[in-house]
Amino acid sequence: MFNQRRNLIFLFFAIVGLLFIGKLFFIQVVDDTYEKAADNNAIRKIIQIPFRGEVYDRYGKLIVYNTPVYDLYIIPRKAVVKDTNHFCQVFGITKDYFVKTSQQAKTYSRVKPSLFLKHLSKEQFASVQDAMVDFPGFFFETNAFRTYQSRSFSNALGYVAEISPTTLLEQKGDYYRQGDYVGISGIESFYEETLRGQRGIKYRMVNSNGVEKGDYKNGSLNVNPVSGNNLYTSIDLAIQEYADSLMKHKVGSLVAIEPSTGEILAMVSAPSYDASQLTGNNFSTYYQQLALDPMKPLLNRPPSAYYRPGSTFKLVQALVGQQLGFIGPGTVYSHAGSPVKCHGHGPVNLRGAIRVSCNPYFYHAFRKMIYDNTTGDTYERSAQGLQRWSDLVANFGFGRKLGVDLGNEKKGILPNVEYYNSVYKGNKAWKFSNIYSISIGEGEIVVSPLKMANLAAIIANRGWYIPPHVVKGIGLKKVIDPFYKTPVKVGVEAKYFDVVIDGMQDAVNNGTVGPDGKIPDIKMVGKTGTSQNQKGKDHSIFIAFAPRDNPKIAIAVFVENAGFGGTAAAPIASLVVEKYLKRKVDRKSVESKFMQMNYLPNVYSAGGVSRKKVTTDSTKK
Amino acid sequence: MTDSNHIQGRIDWITVGFYVLFVGLGWLNIYSAVYSPDAPLSFSDPAFYDSNAGKQLVWIGTSLVLIICVLVLDFRFFESFALFIYLGLLLLLIAVPFLGVTINGSHSWFKFGSATIQPAEFAKTATALLLAKYLNDPLVNLSKFPFQWKAALIIAIPMVLIVASNETGSALVFASFLILLYREGLPGIYPALFIGGIAMFVSALLVKAWIILVVLILSAGILVLFMPIYSQRDPKTYLRLSGGVAAIMTLALLVEWLVNNVLKEHQRNRIRVLIDPGFDPRGLGYQVTQSKIAIGSGGFWGKGFLGGTQTKFDFVPEQSTDMVFCTIGEEHGFVGVMFMILLFLGFLWRLMYLADLQRSRFARAYGFGLVGILFFHFLVNIGMTIGLMPIMGIPLPFFSYGGSSLWSFTILLFIFLKLDSHRSDMLSR
Repeated sequence: MFNQRRNLIFLFFAIVGLLFIGKLFFIQVVDDTYEKAADNNAIRKIIQIPFRGEVYDRYGKLIVYNTPVYDLYIIPRKAVVKDTNHFCQVFGITKDYFVKTSQQAKTYSRVKPSLFLKHLSKEQFASVQDAMVDFPGFFFETNAFRTYQSRSFSNALGYVAEISPTTLLEQKGDYYRQGDYVGISGIESFYEETLRGQRGIKYRMVNSNGVEKGDYKNGSLNVNPVSGNNLYTSIDLAIQEYADSLMKHKVGSLVAIEPSTGEILAMVSAPSYDASQLTGNNFSTYYQQLALDPMKPLLNRPPSAYYRPGSTFKLVQALVGQQLGFIGPGTVYSHAGSPVKCHGHGPVNLRGAIRVSCNPYFYHAFRKMIYDNTTGDTYERSAQGLQRWSDLVANFGFGRKLGVDLGNEKKGILPNVEYYNSVYKGNKAWKFSNIYSISIGEGEIVVSPLKMANLAAIIANRGWYIPPHVVKGIGLKKVIDPFYKTPVKVGVEAKYFDVVIDGMQDAVNNGTVGPDGKIPDIKMVGKTGTSQNQKGKDHSIFIAFAPRDNPKIAIAVFVENAGFGGTAAAPIASLVVEKYLKRKVDRKSVESKFMQMNYLPNVYSAGGVSRKKVTTDSTKK
Repeated sequence: MTDSNHIQGRIDWITVGFYVLFVGLGWLNIYSAVYSPDAPLSFSDPAFYDSNAGKQLVWIGTSLVLIICVLVLDFRFFESFALFIYLGLLLLLIAVPFLGVTINGSHSWFKFGSATIQPAEFAKTATALLLAKYLNDPLVNLSKFPFQWKAALIIAIPMVLIVASNETGSALVFASFLILLYREGLPGIYPALFIGGIAMFVSALLVKAWIILVVLILSAGILVLFMPIYSQRDPKTYLRLSGGVAAIMTLALLVEWLVNNVLKEHQRNRIRVLIDPGFDPRGLGYQVTQSKIAIGSGGFWGKGFLGGTQTKFDFVPEQSTDMVFCTIGEEHGFVGVMFMILLFLGFLWRLMYLADLQRSRFARAYGFGLVGILFFHFLVNIGMTIGLMPIMGIPLPFFSYGGSSLWSFTILLFIFLKLDSHRSDMLSR
């Protein structure tokens, strides 16, 4: 009677069934937002930060390593603190902090862990261990801090800190996340990618309460962390610390290089800071203070400070002049006709000129190099001459980066035709009489202490250098970029170095270097310099290498506002050389004299009043 | 084989096959939901029998006992005792507010030792039996109002009692008897009005009142356009039509008032969640949101048996009981759920086919009662996991974890199979 109704009823069932299949097709196959939501729900990505590589000195002494620290996390849902006062007392926090932080954690998530207290030391961790049973819902995660064996060498090492928002935005790829630590300066920054290692990623399944339930897909997607590579530096930590102590109470730089390898033995930037001030919790306390300090302790001066080379540049002039064929060991100039003045002595040859650092001699020599004994348009000849000259001088590394493995190397300035054209606004707008100051390392030429140490190494090697570098080996295999193995020739023949080295020998023995700068039993050769400083006392410069035969160390010392090069820079250099070659210093009186010597300008003690003025040369752009 | 009328006690093995398949697949889903990759439980571990999977195994075992009980009873028992069974269940429903315990916020359970029983689950069977017995009287004609009224009373009494014990979801199941009544001669206008009423209710919630008004007037206009010329000229036509539009409009406006004033807070929220999927995803909308995430993340092929993360790690509340469909959706994907839906439709078709073979009106009516109840659960349960139905405590027959549910569906089904096996013995009246 109503038999056909079965079909109608089933039609209705089938419509509902199709409706369901349609909707399911939409949410399961078409819409993929649910898959992401599911992963968000149940898959927890755990980042494992590997240990950062350690840093060693040239003899395998540890300089930087990692200390584990402990971060306290809270899971608000499980956290029960019966006695808040007791808790605060155990962890040494205020009640306000407790209330505020647990509230923040609760707002973030009731079931996921939030950071509660950062960076507890091993000692603090041990002291709260027993009390932890009273505080369910709190647990520790280990983290690591950079730890420094020495208070020295901080500037070249650089530091590690939380990545800044701008760096985070500008990074290539997406390796770093907010809160990650990254090398900021020095070798920490230069070798960031090899030091940091490879981060591990674990995909863990969690249930709705945030409890871990094993590896997702049996761990097939997990990546194990790889520790960072260790860095084996060429630094001699003993020499470094010794040099550091000599540069106390001074503003300036000291760079020592092993000439045969280009390895940097010591690199002092003064004034410096204690690297441990910028680790972990200390960072927030000290960073601001250090960054605002008018003496710029955070600046790594050797590769980045700007100075005029002063008389030390005469060595370059002597070498280039000979190579270009304008002067020779027998060339003699008197003081006549020179706008630059000198001290009372008669006409000298090249060796003598270097010994007494004769300004008129190098004025005349430079004039000859520029004008080439030709006649005609002085402007045109000046341009031609300067071009020839600057092409050769550039080989010494002036006006360009040497390629040191520190992040903040500056190019310096080597004035060439282009440079003067832009300064004097046009071709043929300048000639020798406008530029002669550079003949004696004043005027427009600007160098860094590192370049001058490299110059000492070039002379020690008689015509070549290996780009100076701090790291001589990376990782277990101690590999290194071949760039730091390849000698660079400067284009001056070895024979031209003899007279220059003779002159440097004389300068130390009975020239510009005073008695404090002489080492009785070591043949050190060097050249003083005085960098003119319109804003205060001149800067004292000295570059040297030793021993004269088969040189082991090339050094450059810059002491700001210390006046003549022979007074401060040369004795400090001699002490470092003596210490390096003999492993001890016999001249105790000289040592203590210069350790205590204070060349900090008065303005510093006056308290940052003329901040701009005093930092001119270290920070000049 | 079911056509062999002269062999007594012939069970329909196809239906039994469906039953075994559903219960078996259901158990595998429950096992997968409690399976922990960290610490898999073996069958020999006593802790296994504390888990849902272990307990369900016990429920399945006891269901076998129930099946045997149902099958050994005389087939005439169900018709003869239908009234007593019905009255007995009514007594239990009345007693439950006083003697029962509260589980999951509903005060509708009896507790015997560690086992809990919900009489509302069994009231469906009792009502189906009595309704079928009533219709077995050849004088009963459902196109006549007095009979309609009595049939409605049989359905309404347990319904009211169940609503009183705060189990609105279980009470709504009784609406499924409309299918039984329709098959037995209830005029088609009743189910049409029912479906139309639901459509109006939903549209009243989803669209603004003036849109409904415009649609109503437009459809009235179209109706007039297609009318014969003579009724177009009859003013009564317009009077009736505008009366109809006004009545529907009033009802539509009533819906909002009903939702805001008559429904309880949690019921109102379930409806809000339904019409606005983004509503309060962490609170009131949590269950639907998580359920859709679980099913949606299954994709086309699913994550594989034991491979689900959402259902396994408790993201979907009630996921072994009412939300068991999520496990199928997540682990077996679109292929799995489509297979499951088609299987269920096939099952319903088989039952209706068997019901129409019955010679006695009692057995046929009971069969359609069974089909209606199963379909209603299928509709609401799957519908709520994918956000097409409001959330209510309606389990998926044979799949969901739980003793009351499995027992009551087993009894419901096997009474019919028992009746069917004796269909040649029963007189067609």
